Amino acid sequence: MSRSIMQKNRLGSGACTDASKRIDFSFNGKAYQGVAGDTLASALLANGVDVVGRSFKYARPRGIVGHGAEEPNAIIQLGSGAATVPNLKATQVELYAGLEAFSVNGWPSVDFDLMGVIGAFGRLMPPGFYYKTFMYPKKLWMTYEHFIRKAAGLGATPVERDPDTYDKLNQHCDVLVVGAGPAGLVAAREAARAGARVIIADEQSQFGGSLLASTQTLDGIAATDWVAQLVAELQGFDNVQLLPRSTVFGYYDHNFLAILERRTDHLGLTADQGARQRLHRVRAKQVVLATGAFERPLVFAHNDIPGVMSACSVSTYINRYGVLPGNKLVLVTTNDSAYQTALDWHQAGRQVVAVVDTRTDPQGDSVNAVKALGIDVIDGHAVIEAQGSKRVKGALVAPINADGTAVTGSARGLNCDLIASSGGWSPAIHLSSHTGAKPQWDEQIVGFRPGESKQQERSAGACRGTYSLAACLAEGGNAGAEAAKLAGCGDGTIHFAAPVCQEYAQQPQQALFLLPHTQSTSRAPSQFVDFQLDVTAGGVELAVREGFESVEHVKRYTALGFGTDQGKLGNINGMAILANALGQSIAETGTTIFRPSYTPSTFGALAGRDVNQLFDPERYTAMHRWHVEQGAEFENVGQWKRPWYFPQSGETMFDAVNREGLAVRNSVGILDASTLGKIDIQGPDAAEFITRIYTNSYLKLAPGKCRYGVMLKEDGMIFDDGVCACLGDNHYLMFTTTGGAAGVLAWLELWQQTEWPELQVYFTSVTDHWTTATVSGPNARKVIAKVCADIDLSNQAFGFMDWRDGTVAGVKARVFRISFTGELSYEVNVPAHHGRHVWEQLMEAGAEFDITPYGTETMHVLRAEKGFIIVGQDTDGSMTPSDMNMDWVLGKNKTFSYLGKRSLERSDTTRDNRKQLVGLKTLVATEVIPEGAQIVFDSKQKIPMSMQGHVTSSYYSACLGHSIALAVVKGGLNRLGQIVYCPLADGRIIAAEIVSSVFYDPKGERHHVE
Amino acid sequence: MLLIHCPHCREAREEEEYSYRGEAHIVRPLAPESLSDEEWGDYLFFRSNPKGIHHEMWYHAVGCRRYFNVTRDTLTYEILESYLIGQQPAVTGATS
Amino acid sequence: MKKYSAFSLLKNALSYHENWQKVWRNPTPKSDYDVIVVGGGGHGLATAYYLAKVHGLTNIAVIEKGYLGGGNTARNTTIIRSNYLWDEAAQLYELSLKLWEGLSQELNYNVMFSQRGVLNLGHTLQDMRDIERRVNANRLNGIDGEVVSPQRVKEIAPLINISADSRYPILGASFQPRGGTARHDAVAWGYARGADALGVDLIQQTEVTGIRRQDGAVVGVETTKGFIGARKVACVTAGNSSVVAAMAGLRLPVESRPLQALVSEPVKPCLDTVVMSNAVHGYISQSDKGDLVIGAGVDSYNGYGQRGSFHIVEHTVQAICELFPAFSRVRMNRQWGGIVDTCPDACPIISKTSVDGLYFNCGWGTGGFKATPGSGYVFADTVANDRPHPLAAAFTLDRFNSGALIDEHGAAGVAH
Repeated sequence: MSRSIMQKNRLGSGACTDASKRIDFSFNGKAYQGVAGDTLASALLANGVDVVGRSFKYARPRGIVGHGAEEPNAIIQLGSGAATVPNLKATQVELYAGLEAFSVNGWPSVDFDLMGVIGAFGRLMPPGFYYKTFMYPKKLWMTYEHFIRKAAGLGATPVERDPDTYDKLNQHCDVLVVGAGPAGLVAAREAARAGARVIIADEQSQFGGSLLASTQTLDGIAATDWVAQLVAELQGFDNVQLLPRSTVFGYYDHNFLAILERRTDHLGLTADQGARQRLHRVRAKQVVLATGAFERPLVFAHNDIPGVMSACSVSTYINRYGVLPGNKLVLVTTNDSAYQTALDWHQAGRQVVAVVDTRTDPQGDSVNAVKALGIDVIDGHAVIEAQGSKRVKGALVAPINADGTAVTGSARGLNCDLIASSGGWSPAIHLSSHTGAKPQWDEQIVGFRPGESKQQERSAGACRGTYSLAACLAEGGNAGAEAAKLAGCGDGTIHFAAPVCQEYAQQPQQALFLLPHTQSTSRAPSQFVDFQLDVTAGGVELAVREGFESVEHVKRYTALGFGTDQGKLGNINGMAILANALGQSIAETGTTIFRPSYTPSTFGALAGRDVNQLFDPERYTAMHRWHVEQGAEFENVGQWKRPWYFPQSGETMFDAVNREGLAVRNSVGILDASTLGKIDIQGPDAAEFITRIYTNSYLKLAPGKCRYGVMLKEDGMIFDDGVCACLGDNHYLMFTTTGGAAGVLAWLELWQQTEWPELQVYFTSVTDHWTTATVSGPNARKVIAKVCADIDLSNQAFGFMDWRDGTVAGVKARVFRISFTGELSYEVNVPAHHGRHVWEQLMEAGAEFDITPYGTETMHVLRAEKGFIIVGQDTDGSMTPSDMNMDWVLGKNKTFSYLGKRSLERSDTTRDNRKQLVGLKTLVATEVIPEGAQIVFDSKQKIPMSMQGHVTSSYYSACLGHSIALAVVKGGLNRLGQIVYCPLADGRIIAAEIVSSVFYDPKGERHHVE
Repeated sequence: MLLIHCPHCREAREEEEYSYRGEAHIVRPLAPESLSDEEWGDYLFFRSNPKGIHHEMWYHAVGCRRYFNVTRDTLTYEILESYLIGQQPAVTGATS
Repeated sequence: MKKYSAFSLLKNALSYHENWQKVWRNPTPKSDYDVIVVGGGGHGLATAYYLAKVHGLTNIAVIEKGYLGGGNTARNTTIIRSNYLWDEAAQLYELSLKLWEGLSQELNYNVMFSQRGVLNLGHTLQDMRDIERRVNANRLNGIDGEVVSPQRVKEIAPLINISADSRYPILGASFQPRGGTARHDAVAWGYARGADALGVDLIQQTEVTGIRRQDGAVVGVETTKGFIGARKVACVTAGNSSVVAAMAGLRLPVESRPLQALVSEPVKPCLDTVVMSNAVHGYISQSDKGDLVIGAGVDSYNGYGQRGSFHIVEHTVQAICELFPAFSRVRMNRQWGGIVDTCPDACPIISKTSVDGLYFNCGWGTGGFKATPGSGYVFADTVANDRPHPLAAAFTLDRFNSGALIDEHGAAGVAH
């Protein structure tokens, strides 16, 4: 690594830097030193680094243009490894010891980029060139694209998991002030004084905005001292929250704003000091936007050569950072404000070669101050071309006509290494634009002002086109007091006198954007409008020539404004050039809408803590740890973790499921069924209500009895199913599917609250209150009997589809005799905190019968053997009860037209040949059809084949010794005995016979164990 | 993100607490069997979907779990009122 | 129409690009047309193109209230695939995919259709059952597709996280190699240029404000530039369908919702295929410029504001960070919203109406962009012949009365 510690352009300490504190850093592998308070950009300029990157399309060498969020060129990759960050703007990276940064383009180096060769053929790549070529031969496009893609991107994404964490903070405030420049600071102070809860956020490390680089005085003290005083005052209010390094990047509906606070980035990539960034989600009653303005660069030939900068940025580097980015300055301007840069440059002791003013005979205070120093002011002229390649070597200056459209005389060269330009200012109206306010073009300020407010916001200061410091301060104070008043704090009184500051008489600026050249725009050397995407004035004019007349078309055709700077410098110039090409005004041409993010926002911060295991809550049953201890494999069902199967050592899943299933069929098994939804329903009209919800009737269901029900959406399609038990008079317990529980509760509440409020019925979700252990198998009664003394378990006393209150393993329990396996089953419900105890007691009681825990997979096999459907697996939202061969569940004599009933009588739901649930038995008994296989009748048919249905559930049945499948087949119930085929992806065709969907114990005798 | 006033809780709360339940004031026919397929289909699926003033139902799903109606401008997203199920809106507009 | 080619590019470069032909005319509307297509988005322009090209109708106007291709065509995430579940939908999208495969040459305009493949991830056992079912159906319909393992997913998209410890681990995916992305603006511009060359009048910045009818038949449209007569009016106004339908006194089974999308800053190529996940709610691809193009779920409420709610974007970014933990340090450059007209069954409406000569093509929900060529093709046929194209027959308005819905929520999901 070579080493350079000469900061040849370092003037000394600036307002925000301390030249005595050196900081080591590296750029593109070379060591440099900056000072405390530097940004990476100011440190690079101090070291005389000219080329910081290569442009995207033409690979032209590029240098630093601006000093903040507007910077288009100085895009860098920070650091390496897992913590690397792509695409940061060097102007926004605070320098820290050991910082490593790299250019994002340029191979083998930014100083010598082979891609630069392509730039020489730039004329072959006008806007839209790729739409016009690479089409023939057709098959080669993917090859062309392969090479096009190689040039894609700026920086590189990390390839490892982000080592950092991110926070979110929900906030409410009375007044949110965006921007802590002069207007924002006084706005915050007035609002705070009025008693409002205030948040003031600024994207920079220090509050003060433009004042940090100002040579003005306020109330007789230096601007930076005044800022320090005011910040101290704000800190003294306990109702003010100050957020530096915090970018308000989006303004959303109902005064919701998103702020990204960078907490540790300035400390280095491995700061390890808590959350790296924090997203503040702020609901503000009122908002004051004080976001300032961007200086607009002028567009002229080769204006992208390193050493062409914004005038205000040059001043900022001098005053704020103590850096002089060159030796000999030519300033080109259309306005008075930029003259300050000439004064600053002169004051710093380096040569101002000339100020080139496009206006004739300017006479403002700053102009005269410059003239008084003997600086050459060349009026009625423009810089028409920059000279040089990797650094400006000169400026070509020519006289121009009064409206700035043509060169009127011969050009001459000025020797210089820095060209600062100013085409006036563009208010930063981005946040106002996010709200849908339509920006208004203002001829006076030659810029867009914020449109009429759509939200509770107002703009103050430069972001609404107010540029004199005194006026900004007055506006800020008024805005702060007004916002507080509207938020219910204070009466709008202004409490603080506006600071006294010097006023400068200014003359009107000229509305000029593209400086003319001796050649037409199409033939002149490239005049860049959007540096990052290499959009030129000629490109904009070409788009118009080709018929793209809407500003949006031109933007999209040329890519103007689509860079990571979002066109903060280029958009207005581009629009002005477009308007000119169309022969209309900028106001007629319209504007484009700014969208969030104001500046790019880290994905990790938007995600916050809700990643990894917190991406979605995990729900566990009371027995979860027991399952884990037994080595269960788990399945995600909704948010629940359910045991899928319990493999014993050396067992495959197939082995385990066969073992578990046989245990249930031959002795007894135990299932954790706690995840089923449970809704407690009470009220005098409960029976009537649930009878309207289910397809069958519950009016005559007696206490102690259970009934299986299906519920439909109003379109007649099955939506959920489960057992509903009558717990007592006017009291029911509804079981739902695991995944459907929340939806069913909302469904019940919907109908009760909106259509049938006259029905007195109340719902409570009790899913989490109860734990359910299902004991199933011929020995189930014997197991229960060992731990339950107070329920008569005999068939006579406690029949199928009954439930009883009792005590199980010493715990008050509800025991339901319902069965999803076809075997004798008891579902033991106990309060959840006793769940594991009861489970373990049942295991102990069952030991002598070799009680076997089984998971969801075995449950699926067992229920499929019985032909019981699973909603969501055997149905898909297009299935009626009749399709499921469940006509028996449709109440025939119900007086009320239950939900979905009418839809069952539509022409499509009553037609023949609907898909119907059947069983499939493979001709080769051991062959298991993959679930999701499609079914055809003619296996010889060529593709496209006529598909007649599909397999919804399919397993090997250990107890039957052959495979079983459930399927839906067109007209299937009339096709029993027919052979169908499942053509698989691997070329196999599985033949199967259509059979009844009930494979096991078709008469349903097994649960009647005596 | 919308800020919605729940007339039951009498508080404005974040949209994330609610779920949207579609156009309000769609009454379930009292005698579905007497309707033609067209009339039933209209009840099930066809909606006014206006650009502008819209009466819609919201559910305070992670709050009081109660349904209520909102009058909202679907273009500006401005919420003009919240009112109880069974009440009529105070604000109505030509649906453009 | 002067043909585009590498040669024409070179020739024009030599004359400083001063002689390029206008891409389309900017005509004043005639007093009447055989067919007026309302809506100058991709679908409307494709409809006009095929009406002229296939059906020989050239007295056609496309009327657009803003600029061509400025609605959802300009706002989508450009994903193209045809791996839908039901035969009817799959065949329609497959027709579209086949047209995409020759579209650049058909239009002599490079729409940059990039067949980089589409992965639809499965995160639960039921996801995988659904994927098997869909891929089997696709295969037997002659649509390419395979079910792939997590390891294969990782080979196709190396930065993806297939760890079994994830909250919702990737259990597999469907992969459609012929799917991919295209350059969205170019599709509208290519069809517009092609239609214009065939004599279609493209009338921009003109809003249709009424649909004039006489004796139950359409006779023309009122516009901000006055009345324009037409024998047939074909409405293709995604995001505004109900509003236009109301002009003819019709209601539609459609709700208009915000759909949001976002892009990152451009990064070096790191994702060469399209990755979609219904279960964790996000989808992502990388453009030829390097942007990660990310789609969110549909907002819950009706909205015509072309913007949605912030928490939807947050949730989408969570999903992307879950799938690609390395992208956590990449930054969102821009976010925006479109308006999608959603149907109850997540399938479109391509239909005659109760008004003679009035046709609607709408309700594409989140899936419209990929359907652009096929939608235009079958709609043009439907309008020209006043009866549904065979592939559009299942997508008429009648299905909402009969109950013959085509439920593609599973395949459409959040996604596209």
